[in-house]
Amino acid sequence: MNEFLTLMKSELVITFIIFLLLFIKIGKGMKNESLLSLVQLLLLVNFIAGFFFNKNGNLFGDMFHTSPLIAFQKNILNLGVYLISLLCADWLKKTPHLPEFFMLMLSSLLGMFFMISSGNLLMFYLSLELATIPLAAMANFDLEKKRSSEGAMKMILSSAFSSGILLFGISLLYGATGTISFAELPSQLTGSSFQVLAFVFVFAAFAFKLSIVPFHLWTADVYEGSPIATTSFLSVISKGSIAFVFISTLYNAFQPLHEVWYTMLVILAIATMIIGNLFALRQQNIKRFLAFSSIAQVGFILVGISSNDSAGITSVVYFILIYVFSNLAAFGVASVIAEKTGKENIDDYKGLYQTNPFLSWILTLALFSLAGIPPTAGFFGKLFLLTAGASKGSYLFITVAALNMIISLYYYLRVVRSVFMEKNDQPIEKINTNLVSKFALILCAAAIVLVGMLSWIFGYIQSLI
Amino acid sequence: MNLLLLILIPLFTAVAGLLSRSKQQVRWISLAGSAAQLVLALILLFAFRNERVGGNDAQMLFEQNYSLFPAWHINFHLGVDGISVAMILLTSFVVIAGVLVSWNIEKMTKEFYFLLILLALGAYGFFISLDLFVLFFFLEIAVIPKYLLIGIWGSGKKEYSANKLALMLMGGSALVLVGILGLYFSSGHSFDLLELSKLNINPKTQHIIFPLLFVGFGVFTALFPLHTWVPDGHSSAPTAGSMFLAGISMKLGGYGCLRVATYIMPEGAKEYSTIIIVLSTIAILYGAFATMMQKDLKYINAYSSVSHCGFVLLGIGMLTKTAMTGAVMQMVSHGLMTALFFAVIGMIYDRTHTRQVNEMGGLMKVMPFITTVFFIVGLCSLGLPGFSGFVAEMTVFMGSWEHVDAFHRIATIAACMSIVVTAVYILRAIGQTAMGPIKESFSGLGDATWNEKLAAIILVAGILAIGIAPGWLNDLLRPGAEIIMQKISAIK
Repeated sequence: MNEFLTLMKSELVITFIIFLLLFIKIGKGMKNESLLSLVQLLLLVNFIAGFFFNKNGNLFGDMFHTSPLIAFQKNILNLGVYLISLLCADWLKKTPHLPEFFMLMLSSLLGMFFMISSGNLLMFYLSLELATIPLAAMANFDLEKKRSSEGAMKMILSSAFSSGILLFGISLLYGATGTISFAELPSQLTGSSFQVLAFVFVFAAFAFKLSIVPFHLWTADVYEGSPIATTSFLSVISKGSIAFVFISTLYNAFQPLHEVWYTMLVILAIATMIIGNLFALRQQNIKRFLAFSSIAQVGFILVGISSNDSAGITSVVYFILIYVFSNLAAFGVASVIAEKTGKENIDDYKGLYQTNPFLSWILTLALFSLAGIPPTAGFFGKLFLLTAGASKGSYLFITVAALNMIISLYYYLRVVRSVFMEKNDQPIEKINTNLVSKFALILCAAAIVLVGMLSWIFGYIQSLI
Repeated sequence: MNLLLLILIPLFTAVAGLLSRSKQQVRWISLAGSAAQLVLALILLFAFRNERVGGNDAQMLFEQNYSLFPAWHINFHLGVDGISVAMILLTSFVVIAGVLVSWNIEKMTKEFYFLLILLALGAYGFFISLDLFVLFFFLEIAVIPKYLLIGIWGSGKKEYSANKLALMLMGGSALVLVGILGLYFSSGHSFDLLELSKLNINPKTQHIIFPLLFVGFGVFTALFPLHTWVPDGHSSAPTAGSMFLAGISMKLGGYGCLRVATYIMPEGAKEYSTIIIVLSTIAILYGAFATMMQKDLKYINAYSSVSHCGFVLLGIGMLTKTAMTGAVMQMVSHGLMTALFFAVIGMIYDRTHTRQVNEMGGLMKVMPFITTVFFIVGLCSLGLPGFSGFVAEMTVFMGSWEHVDAFHRIATIAACMSIVVTAVYILRAIGQTAMGPIKESFSGLGDATWNEKLAAIILVAGILAIGIAPGWLNDLLRPGAEIIMQKISAIK
């Protein structure tokens, strides 16, 4: 019993918060402001608690598996959710269904936790569904906006489709190997073409969730239609969790097929980086822009994954930690501006520096970090991914990746140029950012500057493996 | 002498500047910081000479080594030899002059100085790091401030120029990155410059990696045909931006070509030296002839920078000790000279509001100080004895002449001819601006203010110190060049 409590503590805490919200909702209810503060406090406690009592262990006949590394990954997601609750405070306060929004978001988070911990394919499938279905409802949360419903519809259809593919892959895999347990799969995989076919279906389902080209088509529309709180959750938390599962599945369960998936990763990484970058060049809407930029970022994550050693895991986890701060800071600024003025176009940001220097600097730092420019942490994150990917000795692959950093720099600089250099007759007026969001933005900015410099953070992640 | 100070002082200056309350405060803080840095650089020079006189002949002095990312074998490894000391001195001279000439910037003053100091920080870090990862980190730190400096405070088609510059330089550093990663994996996981130089890297690997690193760094130092960012970038940048760009940033590339590419991969250098010589000779001649056609003072200096930086690459490509020493001398000399040139152009433009040579005339009468400095820098540029330009270019030619075959001789003679062309455009530019009848609209203009005078005097002092007594610089640089040459002459 005691082991059950410690090993599943993150899941239990999240479940507790969900039920608490449910009781508040069906009970007397609370004002949005105080409810939001309560949830923020609980999420903070949850995040801090995530650092303690992390052990290795299995539960439920190896259906559920946890380790210090997995606990750390979960805690990165906890941190992300906490930051979203702070950054989008303005929007959250106004929404009439605040408890429902958090219930959905936390259910999805719970699904991700189970997914990261899952010990076999069935558990993985179930938790993936738990993580995905609330997302569709969250995408539809701007109830009066048509685009929001459109995004939700696209989301639910594409995820249903990818679930179908996944289930098909799982059943083929079960037929080919006779097991669905991650631990037993490696001994059963021989690399026969039937097994490879089954693996390709499972891989495609991952590619859908990670929006790897050519499975990325749903991403931009869903991002654009959803409220920013949902978009940032989708692009950071959801992407991050899938990347964690993806890497551990490839490295452990599908290790015997590593020659197959190395080739697939190289091709897909190149395609994802190039397509993501090229589409990002022409975007006007900041959310669509960040959507394509996050597709390109996934391409870089694939570069790191392709290394197939512990350096790959470390650098991917490290990159996602940094990505949480950088991307959430960018979305946070977009959210503050969109909530106060309703403006979401990059052209509207012209002359932003004249009126809102604070927001401008945060946005610039975040974009530089996404582009991988020192001294921001993104530089270290991206460089380590490339270093991990280069260990296989494929210069061409790394050169393509490095050149893609230049393309991405072009469009990140485009936003910086709008903010700092271009003139605008009607710039966005001065915005009084509320204290909570300001605190979160400063936290993100500090992390962007410091996480790279404090080199023990990388060492800490490495020590967890 | 603690080398960390060289990074910490700019860092504190930048942060203190951000926290200050008024424009005047930012200016004084930046000036104090860069003055402290200049003093520190001079102390470094004397400490370095003392150590050497005292018989300490270790390759690098004042070494410090901290483990940064043990998993990747990345260390924060600092150390200097004569070449780095010279580059640090150059940087500190240019930085203080840049801070002084920007005294009258009123638009976003705090941000302007912050970016200037950040750029300087990147350059200092670059010149003292002995770990390729850290070196690359500082190299990239020095890129983005340039983008913002040009884009925000620039003139003309500034956004285009800023974009072009940032993308080309980042493209160069992407190549450098791939090269560094290649070295890392082919050497058995080391980023350490000294360790790498001791290993004999497989010539086949060098065959691939040397061009990546050389071209990557070459973009920074205007390697033909990747020099196209130079004219646009320089002409659009604000005065201090041009000074930093030509005086410091272009030198990062030359230093990288020498210290990283040539030093670690001597076989690669030997293999590609013909191509380097051909390209740099083209750059020297092309730059000189292109300058002849220019009417805008900033374009004149930008194209002449292409030509002058060609000498740096020519000196490296010749692979003799003297030529290499000359290449570094040329870096220092050109850095001081071009910074002064841009400073003078900025002073003239601030008063006349034009940079077109044919719209000026007779400025000697109203601004004697500025035009005198203009003369000095012009004469230095065309290589008159007594100034640093002569010493540096002469050393490169002497080093090149050590090769007896026809190819090297022809290249040397061709490069020499550019001096004549330089004389033509420099004398014409000076003649048209300073001499002749003065235009009525210019007759009321004033001469240099205290800050401009101080900036000019500091840079002229540097130029003369090299020009009149080149021995000390030669003593400083020669051992460094010797170590690189030892590796090259070891292969036969």
